[in-house]
Amino acid sequence: MAAPDGMTIIALGLPFIAALVAPALVRRLGHNAVWALALFPLFVFVRFLEFLPEIAGGEAVTGGFQWAPSYNVSFSWFLDGLSLTFALLISAIGTLIVFYTGGYLKGHAQLGRFYSFIFLFMGSMLGLVVSDSFLMLFVYWELTSITSFLLIGFDHGREASRRAALQALIVTGLGGLSLMAGLLVTWNITGVTQLSLLVGLGEEVRASPFYLMALILLLGGAFTKSAQFPFHFWLPNAMEAPTPVSAYLHSATMVKAGVYLVMRMNPAFGDTVAWETILPVFGGATLLIGSLLAIRQTDLKLMLAYTTVSSLGLMVMMTGFGSEHAAAAGVLYLVAHSMFKGALFMLAGNIDHESGTRDITRLGGLRKLMPISFLAAMAAALSMGGLPPFFGFLSKEEIYYGLWHMDAWSVLFVLVAIVGNGLMFVIGFAIAIKPFLGKEVETPKHAHEAPFLMWIGPATLATGGFLAAVLSPLFHRFVSSPMVSAVTGRPEEITISLLPHIGMPLLLSLITIVFAVLVYLKLDAARAAIAATLAAIGWGPDRGFDQFISGTVRLSRRVTKFVQPGQLDIYMTATFAAVAITLIAPMVIFDELPALPVWPADAEIHELAVILIAFIGLGAVISAKDRLTAIVSLGIQGFAVALIFMLFGAPDLSFTQFMVETLSVVILALVMTRLRLSPADHRPTGQKIVDATVSIACGAGFMLYLLSVTEVPFRSYLSDFFIAYSKTIAHGANIVNVIIVDFRGTDTLGEIAVVMVTGLAILSLIRVRPGWKPGMLAENDPDAPRQEKK
Amino acid sequence: MRTVIFRTVAPYLTSLMVLFSIFVLLRGHNEPGGGFIGGLIAASAFAIYGIACGVAPVRRAIYFHPMAISAFGLFLSAIAGMISLPLSVPFMTGNWMKLYFFGVELDLSSVLIFDIGVYFVVVGAITSIALALEERDRD
Repeated sequence: MAAPDGMTIIALGLPFIAALVAPALVRRLGHNAVWALALFPLFVFVRFLEFLPEIAGGEAVTGGFQWAPSYNVSFSWFLDGLSLTFALLISAIGTLIVFYTGGYLKGHAQLGRFYSFIFLFMGSMLGLVVSDSFLMLFVYWELTSITSFLLIGFDHGREASRRAALQALIVTGLGGLSLMAGLLVTWNITGVTQLSLLVGLGEEVRASPFYLMALILLLGGAFTKSAQFPFHFWLPNAMEAPTPVSAYLHSATMVKAGVYLVMRMNPAFGDTVAWETILPVFGGATLLIGSLLAIRQTDLKLMLAYTTVSSLGLMVMMTGFGSEHAAAAGVLYLVAHSMFKGALFMLAGNIDHESGTRDITRLGGLRKLMPISFLAAMAAALSMGGLPPFFGFLSKEEIYYGLWHMDAWSVLFVLVAIVGNGLMFVIGFAIAIKPFLGKEVETPKHAHEAPFLMWIGPATLATGGFLAAVLSPLFHRFVSSPMVSAVTGRPEEITISLLPHIGMPLLLSLITIVFAVLVYLKLDAARAAIAATLAAIGWGPDRGFDQFISGTVRLSRRVTKFVQPGQLDIYMTATFAAVAITLIAPMVIFDELPALPVWPADAEIHELAVILIAFIGLGAVISAKDRLTAIVSLGIQGFAVALIFMLFGAPDLSFTQFMVETLSVVILALVMTRLRLSPADHRPTGQKIVDATVSIACGAGFMLYLLSVTEVPFRSYLSDFFIAYSKTIAHGANIVNVIIVDFRGTDTLGEIAVVMVTGLAILSLIRVRPGWKPGMLAENDPDAPRQEKK
Repeated sequence: MRTVIFRTVAPYLTSLMVLFSIFVLLRGHNEPGGGFIGGLIAASAFAIYGIACGVAPVRRAIYFHPMAISAFGLFLSAIAGMISLPLSVPFMTGNWMKLYFFGVELDLSSVLIFDIGVYFVVVGAITSIALALEERDRD
């Protein structure tokens, strides 16, 4: 690991700093804050741009620092062609999105918060793609899920937004758990916790008996994130978010995290039958289903959302197809897609913003009113349709080049690709042509060109798609070739350019176009046909998700009813009976009951007196007439134990015992008065016998356990270590304290976290009022109807 | 339990106990004591004050919500662990520095910050439970 380089750390942290300052800046400057805010991602972009020559030279840049070396956990980054391209896309499109948001949400009351979330996401996504260590990858992965949740639910007053946000969080969160499990299995197989080291261990990974398990778990993470069938349903629902979010997270960057993961895993996990079956099949299914569902939609954003699903499917399919050309096609398509889809989403937002509707059947003739948007939309659609002279053309040629072989399997996927590409072509042109050409239609608002802030983004991306194609040799050298090399794990070179090679790929492209034009002419009929089919099926994963959630809630209610009948004495009896059984049963079963100790002959009189006090306390508890006396008497017994600790040389322990005893008497007394019990305790005799048996068993269990522990010869190397080093290396004379705060500080950190969470839990339990039912709004719920203060 | 004697003595008792708890916290590294015990003492001090004079004065006196104090403590402890980060030593390594304060040599350490965090966590968590219970006593 190279020494951490300061500028990169700053670049990785900068979006988070921007998230902190954004609300204040927006409060000061209103939407003009975009000029200052755009500098943050721009700086990141420039910083990563500087790596281009080095990465193009076939090197990989690493850096970072150790975090917990004993567990091999580090904060380390790893930049090769794959992560660099992603980092550049994230920061470049991020800059444009910052501009776009300034126009789109101009004057919105929560603009500052929105920027904050966007920057948080940007930082998480950047961290994700440059992560080297598994832990860091996982943490950033989860962060992108959380920020996506916040952004989808940004308009939290609406039920639909909240549902979509929760759905996205649950689906991608479950995927995150799957990813974590997959990373753990991979760690177990290979013993490495760094992605960069995984590349060289492909043989070992593939030969492992746990290969399939690791693969499926990792793909569980990737497929949920990248909305692969059957997890695709959350992505169209996520369109509830404001358009900048849809353009940035749910088309250009976050949803590609899954594709990124698949590409990253390719060198180690690829080249097996499982890999080359699962990926193309799921990717192909996603491609088909996504593009068919896109045809059905009339809402611009939803049409784009479903084509995003199908594009993600295409990328997964190409990555898993298993040839260099297929991988190269995946890479090229990924870059092209980020540009044209980002642009189209922003343009859909422009149309919505300016005309007041996104329904394609209610739009038309905007060409003269919104000329720049029209030009950008045409350029993006040409790229999406895979026509020259745009970058999408290159990627589609490469797709057919990679897929075309003379066997049934390849022909099948060529057909899938033709249908998918054709339908996406249809959608792209439907969006670029229908709203702009034709007769002018009355729209809810009188449309005019979007402000500069809102067209600069799509125009830049559309131009980018053109320049990347025209300057393809340069672009390939610096971006595509290093990225493909990272995906395949071998140095590769991409040569495809705008000059068409006469051959099969070109022919397949032509077939696609003819197919697309035919569908385009019959678009309304196709839409009706698909809608009718879906109505006939009547069930989809989206419905399934609701059923799954309500089923889970029902199940948990049933389980809760069973294990928590609401009777405190049942809980207590069950808990203590369980304690007694766990203590006594193993000793009896394994015949390890300790010998009873002999009465010490040298017991001092004051020691005996303390024990006598303990017994008096015990007697007082049992014979107490009312509950309060019993609780206080329990304190006598506790103090006696504290005295014993004191006498036998454990002042810290005794000190703590005194305090705990005092506080538990106080708290118990408070709880008892709270419960409004009758002052005296009247239990039927049968109950008394059961309770007495359980408590005697518990007490006996602890006694036997302690006796058998002390019977084991005492090994003193730990205490010797602490005695020897407490003063010398931790500079403390109180060994107990030094152990707590220094030698075992991490344990203590965990323990105090538990203390705090327990406090929180108890606090909320105390606050539960009788008559509260699940689903009722809490008093501080923002959605509760406001009550007038008296 | 609100006798006149108890109510009159409680503020003094509480302040003494809080003072003592800080003393116990700070001596913890070399003598019996430490953040956990100190926190328990301070928490019982607040509990006593609450029993004697009612919960509202306690809440006013400690100003912050006790749970916020607890969370602050946890944050402080975590930060104390992360001091090791810029120094390139493993997480939670104790780091020491010597300060000369009016001619008195003072050893300060990340360990002390950690212990103060423990103190706050314990004070906050226990106090919030005790106060919440005392509060419910009346309504």
